[in-house]
Amino acid sequence: VSEGIDGAWLDMALRGARPRALSALLRYFGQLDAAEEAFQEACLAAIEKWPKNGPPRDPAAWLIFVGRNSGIDAARRRGKEKELPGEEQLSDLGDTESSTAERLDDAHYRDDILRLLFICCHPELPATQQIALALRLVCGLSVEQIARAFLVSESAMEQRITRGKNRVAEAHVPFEAPGAPERAERLTAVAAAVYLMFNEGYSATGGDSHVRIQIADEAIRLSRLLLRLFPDEPSIMGLLSLMLLHHSRAAARLDAQGNIVLLEDQDRALWNRDMIAEGIALLDKAVRHDRPDPYQVQAAIAAQHARAPRFEDTDWARIEKLYLVLEGLTPSPVVTLNRAVATSKVRGAAEALELILPLASQLSSYFYFFGVKGAFLLQLGRLAEARTAFDRAIALAKSPAEAVHIRLQIDRLTKESDSSCRPTSGFPNDPC
Amino acid sequence: MQYAIFCYDHEEVVFGWTKEQDDAVIASLDRAKKKFVEKGRLGPTARLMPTTAATTVRKAKEPIVIDGPFAETKEQLLGFYVIDCDSLEQAIEFAKDLARSSNSAGSYEVRPLRLFHAGSLER
Repeated sequence: VSEGIDGAWLDMALRGARPRALSALLRYFGQLDAAEEAFQEACLAAIEKWPKNGPPRDPAAWLIFVGRNSGIDAARRRGKEKELPGEEQLSDLGDTESSTAERLDDAHYRDDILRLLFICCHPELPATQQIALALRLVCGLSVEQIARAFLVSESAMEQRITRGKNRVAEAHVPFEAPGAPERAERLTAVAAAVYLMFNEGYSATGGDSHVRIQIADEAIRLSRLLLRLFPDEPSIMGLLSLMLLHHSRAAARLDAQGNIVLLEDQDRALWNRDMIAEGIALLDKAVRHDRPDPYQVQAAIAAQHARAPRFEDTDWARIEKLYLVLEGLTPSPVVTLNRAVATSKVRGAAEALELILPLASQLSSYFYFFGVKGAFLLQLGRLAEARTAFDRAIALAKSPAEAVHIRLQIDRLTKESDSSCRPTSGFPNDPC
Repeated sequence: MQYAIFCYDHEEVVFGWTKEQDDAVIASLDRAKKKFVEKGRLGPTARLMPTTAATTVRKAKEPIVIDGPFAETKEQLLGFYVIDCDSLEQAIEFAKDLARSSNSAGSYEVRPLRLFHAGSLER
């Protein structure tokens, strides 16, 4: 890049360093508010000093060191009498800056970051609060940005975040390094919340689409961070792979009006090849561990789509098998529904319809169920029944995009009844 | 004399760039490379995927495969290979062959490439 540092670099460096710096400051001060305040001070100092003096080699270490000093100053100003580290340890920010901070924090920073994430994703918090808290604290998004993404007012979001913070403060997550089982438990909870965050950004169609894409990006950034901390954890490889492979389609899955474009109709030239390549590389690594989990299997399914140059080239037999594996790991009517879509491609709509009819009572209010059912009926030429199913789907649609999506199916249905039948393949098998 | 030039940076920054920012950096690097490209003196260039995509094979009689990048400690970067493989397994096998052929104690890091240009260099 050009000489000196530009605003974009500074912004990314601060955001990149945030999880490590904030979690180290949290360990040091013991309180979220104090840690946040210290981090904020350190960022202000960075914005002032880095453009003049050049960026430090280790931005996180710099921020931890400066944040600690400013936090201590603040405590002094408030007149709190505390045992403080000696002046000689704190005052010089010269050559020793990064090594001092590293010595203080490196040994603990993996568990510190996991702890910070776990606090945000604490099982006692409702999912929406977990995501909001993680976006605010770990990713450093502004309250205004998060509010826009969730379609609530800024003051409502501020309240939600404050309430979340108070609850986790009461939960007293201990600062000691966790044992192996506890660490694994925390990692599982955090991974689940990161996946929720991704879906929040990826699946929902309401709200500001720009902010939503950013939320999916943040979830990817967080799981990259998790994988750097836990490099041999296949579930995190699978999680990151899954998110990259889905996100690679972001530019192709909504049209200019913001409507969902079916997987089969997407312009695959718009798929992000870098993300696909990285997703597949991570899947390869995960598979070597021979510990398949739902993230990994879903990533393998997404990889099948990513590998097909055209929709017609999709290896549905392989996808059907993968859905069977997924059903074995997490039996659910929704997974069976998805398997049925693959079945319809491999062995026809009649067998697929047989597979989903028993799910009717469990999925009676599920939009996709009626969309898929309608598509199968349409392929079988049972047009009146197909229309009933599509009408039901429209009634259940939660967003205009979903409704438009079904109306397109009905348009096809109308065309089918007008002219000779070319069975359409219908529906996206996984969130396109 | 031929030289290899290695790029070091913070991956959380570089991989946080938007497509537009990344394209701008690449265009700017292409301008910087131009002089050497035109004289036929630029060899292969590559961009690597993030370290999270890496696997490390440690030299030994029976080499050990470890997830993640080679964490630099006392060893220095001494050279590299670029190979085309059908699978990660194949790449790891090649690295194991190399590891078995050496009697020292280093490692080989297997890292997928994001981008590769063969360049115009002869010899």
